[in-house]
Amino acid sequence: MRKSSIFLGSAAIMAALLCLCLLHAARAADAARPAVARRAATVKALGLTDLCLFTDASYTRHLALADLHSPLQEHPLCLEHFPAGSLAGPPATLGR
Amino acid sequence: MGAWTERQRSILDFALSSLLRRSGKNAALLAVYTGVVFLLASAMFLLSALRREATLVLADAPDVVVQRLVAGRMDLVPVAYAERLRGIRGVRSARPRLWGYHYDPARKAPFTLMVPLDGAPQEGTVVLGGAAARLKRTAVGRQLPLRAHDGSTRTLEVAWILAAESELVAADLLLLSEADFRAITGIPAGSATDLVLAVPNERERGTVAAKIAQELPDTRSVQREDVLRTYDAVFGWRGGMVTVLLAGALFAFVIFAWDRASGLPAEERREIGILKAVGWETSDVILLKVWEGAAVSLTAFLAGTLLAYAHVFFFAGTLFARVMKGWSVLYPDFRLVPAIDPYQVTTLLVLTVLPYAAATVLPTWRAATVDPDAIMRS
Repeated sequence: MRKSSIFLGSAAIMAALLCLCLLHAARAADAARPAVARRAATVKALGLTDLCLFTDASYTRHLALADLHSPLQEHPLCLEHFPAGSLAGPPATLGR
Repeated sequence: MGAWTERQRSILDFALSSLLRRSGKNAALLAVYTGVVFLLASAMFLLSALRREATLVLADAPDVVVQRLVAGRMDLVPVAYAERLRGIRGVRSARPRLWGYHYDPARKAPFTLMVPLDGAPQEGTVVLGGAAARLKRTAVGRQLPLRAHDGSTRTLEVAWILAAESELVAADLLLLSEADFRAITGIPAGSATDLVLAVPNERERGTVAAKIAQELPDTRSVQREDVLRTYDAVFGWRGGMVTVLLAGALFAFVIFAWDRASGLPAEERREIGILKAVGWETSDVILLKVWEGAAVSLTAFLAGTLLAYAHVFFFAGTLFARVMKGWSVLYPDFRLVPAIDPYQVTTLLVLTVLPYAAATVLPTWRAATVDPDAIMRS
């Protein structure tokens, strides 16, 4: 078999798999709609404001409500040291 | 058409044979390239899925949250403030919200204590988030002792555990009655953590926030749009997370493309010289190198993207989990809903394949336009 046939065949298979991924993503999003709606209902019922993603520090647990400079005021001369702080960044309201 | 296709396939055959002649070097190149695409695509898929989840789930977050600041720090807000806020036009309701943190030194984990706005548990009972229940190793009906602010212990019965599917928003929650919350935290009656306002008209929220600042100068308001903007920024391309995840991958790619663009190895230059000496046109040589570049970059792009999809959506982003968890002891167990579209995939293709193709073709063009004798002697 020609090398180009092997290459083009394997590229076509991978491209088809990529199309299947797009299809899978669309179907999974449809299937997850009720679960997402239940999560949204939990947010509404409990009055939540944040995703529970970074629980190592209070200002990263509740990103939307954090003080603008809370990472630096846990104690005098405190420097931001939680790994999540470098991922999460300051709230969007900073500087407004 | 048939002749054109046959010509392209013949050149592709030659290009693949040429790549296989340097199989060790090209395998390493393909592995690195695939790794770079994998990292970029994983970060893109992960962030896009998190951003969509935040947008959908937090669409029902409180309209406006009012916090009180004392000396620049968040402080308890008098419940009486709610009455004053109800008088502002556009505010349908203002309710005090009770929440705070409870650090468990034995497990080194901070839990979020909260009194639900609606349907709080009965006094003496507690409802746990999934991760909190796992960490506390408890179950429905068991007793859960919690250390109160005055050193005493308050024992609550676990009424139920929140469904696993809510972990992304409620993993670390301990939901209590108001009486239990006040007894444990010491927050006196008449004070609350913050106030939650219902302002149904979205266009009025800015005006309401301005009036709150005028009416209660020691407070600040966080609107629902601020909450959504925060998550959009955190999971956006310019967020800190992307910088951390992508900086390494991008630098690797820049070095890699620069290495290609800065000149061809002597072996490849000699090969070009020989091809030209045996009668290949400059355009044929460039076409050969385009096919070589396309074979490498297309394989790396497709393999890297497929691996990234499996990594993020079938294996829950295992490689990024350590970065995301940081020092967290409590972590939600969740499966992200895939959120990718053809636009994202095209962006990834343009970002990863085009720079490499350009970096391959330019030095080839330079080498192919030089006299073959000069190339072979150099």
